[in-house]
Amino acid sequence: MATFNLKINGKNQEVEADPNTPMLWVLRDTLGLVGTKYGCGIAACGACTIHVDGIAMRSCQMPVSKVKDQSITTIEGLSENGNHPVQKAWMEHDVPQCGYCQAGQIMSAASLLNDNSNPSDADIDAAMNGNICRCGTYTRIKAAIKTAAKG
Amino acid sequence: MTFIKTKVGRRSFIKSSAVAGGGMMIGFSWLAGCKTEPMIEEEILQMPAEWFNINGFLKIGDNGVVTIMSPNPEIGQNIKTSMPMLVAEELDIDWKKVVVEQAPLNTDLYKRQLAGGSQSIRQGWKSLRMAGATARRVLCEAAAKAWEVPVEEITTDAGMLFHKATEKSAHYGEFASAAAEIEIPEEVELKSVKDFKIIGNSKRNVDGKKIVTGQPLFGLDTQREGMLHAMIQHPPAFGMKLKSVDDSAAKSMPGIKDVFTINTYPDAEKKQWCDVDAFSDLVVVVGNSTWEVMQAKEVLKVEWEATSGFENSASHTEKMAAFAGKAKEARKDGNPEAAFKNAAEIIERSYTAPFLAHNCMEPMNFFADVKDGKAELVGPVQTPEFMEKSVSTRLGIPLENIDIQMTRMGGGFGRRLYGHFLVEAALISQKVGAPIKLTYTREDDMTFGTYRPAYHATYRAALDENKNLIAFHIKAGGIPESPLFANRFPAGAVDNYLAESWSLESNISTGAWRAPRSNFIAGAEQAFLDEVAEKMGKDPIQFRLDLLEKAKNNPVGEKNDYDAARYAGVLKLVRDKSNWGKADAGLNRGVSAYFCHNSYVANVLDLKVENGKPIVDKVYCAVDCGIVVNPDAAKNMMEGGTVDGIGHALFSGLTFKDGVPEQSNFDKYRLIRHSEAPKEIEVHFVKSEIDPTGLGEPPFPPIIGAVANALYKATGKRVYDQPFVKEGALLG
Repeated sequence: MATFNLKINGKNQEVEADPNTPMLWVLRDTLGLVGTKYGCGIAACGACTIHVDGIAMRSCQMPVSKVKDQSITTIEGLSENGNHPVQKAWMEHDVPQCGYCQAGQIMSAASLLNDNSNPSDADIDAAMNGNICRCGTYTRIKAAIKTAAKG
Repeated sequence: MTFIKTKVGRRSFIKSSAVAGGGMMIGFSWLAGCKTEPMIEEEILQMPAEWFNINGFLKIGDNGVVTIMSPNPEIGQNIKTSMPMLVAEELDIDWKKVVVEQAPLNTDLYKRQLAGGSQSIRQGWKSLRMAGATARRVLCEAAAKAWEVPVEEITTDAGMLFHKATEKSAHYGEFASAAAEIEIPEEVELKSVKDFKIIGNSKRNVDGKKIVTGQPLFGLDTQREGMLHAMIQHPPAFGMKLKSVDDSAAKSMPGIKDVFTINTYPDAEKKQWCDVDAFSDLVVVVGNSTWEVMQAKEVLKVEWEATSGFENSASHTEKMAAFAGKAKEARKDGNPEAAFKNAAEIIERSYTAPFLAHNCMEPMNFFADVKDGKAELVGPVQTPEFMEKSVSTRLGIPLENIDIQMTRMGGGFGRRLYGHFLVEAALISQKVGAPIKLTYTREDDMTFGTYRPAYHATYRAALDENKNLIAFHIKAGGIPESPLFANRFPAGAVDNYLAESWSLESNISTGAWRAPRSNFIAGAEQAFLDEVAEKMGKDPIQFRLDLLEKAKNNPVGEKNDYDAARYAGVLKLVRDKSNWGKADAGLNRGVSAYFCHNSYVANVLDLKVENGKPIVDKVYCAVDCGIVVNPDAAKNMMEGGTVDGIGHALFSGLTFKDGVPEQSNFDKYRLIRHSEAPKEIEVHFVKSEIDPTGLGEPPFPPIIGAVANALYKATGKRVYDQPFVKEGALLG
């Protein structure tokens, strides 16, 4: 066990954890931020996507000891009241079916739009391919990303 | 107008005393509006000071806000929105004043609290509307009494009561208290389809905002004070069981509280249909956090022993083909033997599909707190009313002391019909004497499945010298069940018809998987019909329509379980919407149609093959599910089912080597991804006033046939064995 000072959703948080603990479980079990989902544990499904200094990363493969002073943003901290353009577009297109993967999808999409404000279909496919949606909402996700890009 | 006797459902309408509520504020804008309306800025819905229970489905606040209980488990089929819409329609309330809550498991109040068979809307169609209509009726009676006017003169609109002659009006909240005291009427009037205001108008997912902001909704999100985390270790192969465990290393790991074994179902005779599990003897690790338990699991030293032979996928197809000789007749019309003997040409083709894992994105899990002879269980399960009995039987706790709370589910697809994980969680909590959350790792989930069976079907068609179809023969089976539906199309459309069925036992645990049996046989049948049409020199849609015309006007046999006119209806709709036969230049188009779970679906799919990979440009879906309750959500289901069907047809499969699943996570198990989804999906509903049927399963089966038929157009080669894209191989 060791103590880590983390910056999560704009707040400083001190946590006690085994240094190898993936951020996913620090967020979910230690901090109660359960919006970030467990899907595979091997960075193959994207359900656990968070932002590390604004970049989409898989939290299930990121040991807490490697985070250091980087800023972590989770789905709970993406916006104050669900009003991030990506979240608004998701609601407008009523994207979710079961909804389990959608936090990860939204975090990947928000990161994509940070880098590329007007992504092509190919750009969206490339950025989103690591996020599985078992319900098959891919066409709505693409439409929602385009709506969010328009602002 | 439809008058419904309330007697049958009377238990559901027992009034209960008013419940006091707080004055909390919640945002509700995501409850409101439909696709065609722009998103409105968030409004705040003032919660009432007091709630009045009108019946088991709804309570009305003193300020006119209504809470509607959604009785069934939500697995992503969106019934948490569409079932309350049925109540709201007949209550005649403004949807913006509705708050939806997940109902608890309560078999006294609600019937069929189950998610399965695409039946929620179909089975709830009358009872949910009755709940709304009886509430509206007692509100009218309360107003009539207070205003001293005949109840027949009271009208309602969007949560308001009116008496025109005396110009009196009030909102529902003003009479909620009085209405709660009024006897439920003997019969109620239900609206005509033409008077629907909510049904048929899209309403957004009531959990939408919670989902996109990451609020706790799912079973895996459950957290309680003092809660411990638990995981199980099951045998690595089907056909193995636990022999011994050395837990010394695991027990000494940090954060570990206990390691022990449980037996979920020691008495096979007490098992219900939903108590399917391959592995009853399990090793359990309990600790302070998920990660610590995962680490301890790694150092368990467990010995397993063989109980029966190990299955190998490599030999399954051969084994199935050999076993097909033992098929039993399921239906016979005319004289198929003679027709095949006299045929000018016989077409024979065989089709196969592998086992599939359900792969819900939220792995199996459940929270349990068993103490003082009571069990509280929270989590994702499709069959709460059945699993309540299983927990009761196994733990010896009476049903009334078991409380199951349903969470939103990260997918179901049939996997959560089989709730052994509830029993496991309850046993673990009982043993450690603390609240626990049992979580399966992805690997546990994928390798301890109730899989879609492996299937095999051989079709034969006999043509005469004029290329007329004179006989049809299907022989279908699988491990461990047959996918045959003997009375489905084209039964009833061919004079000489033979359907045969067989099955082969296995120690691999299987169960219902989205559109059971149809999820294979539809694709096989629709691919075969395409090939038969080609040999006959007929357009594949016209060929199907000709058969359906015969089934409608001059059906063979009496047990045909489809409506030929509705079947033809979706084919004609998809033909027209896709400009079939007119705009085909340069397109590789495949068509298919299927009827299952009471709904009809037809597809046209356009694809191309580039660099050996399939690219689906567009899919047209035509659907007849009767009245469409929530159109945009229904469209979402059609799109998702279409993507799911394409994905599984092209890429997915679970294979076994010496009883061990060869895929245990998403690095090896192929699911469709963003770049492989269709570029566009168009959904068209048949306009209908027939009572609604479900959409959870019907989109899935037919699209597989459309994929196979379009692949043939693109490559010139027919595909018979799913998945159509083999690992490392290119198409073309």
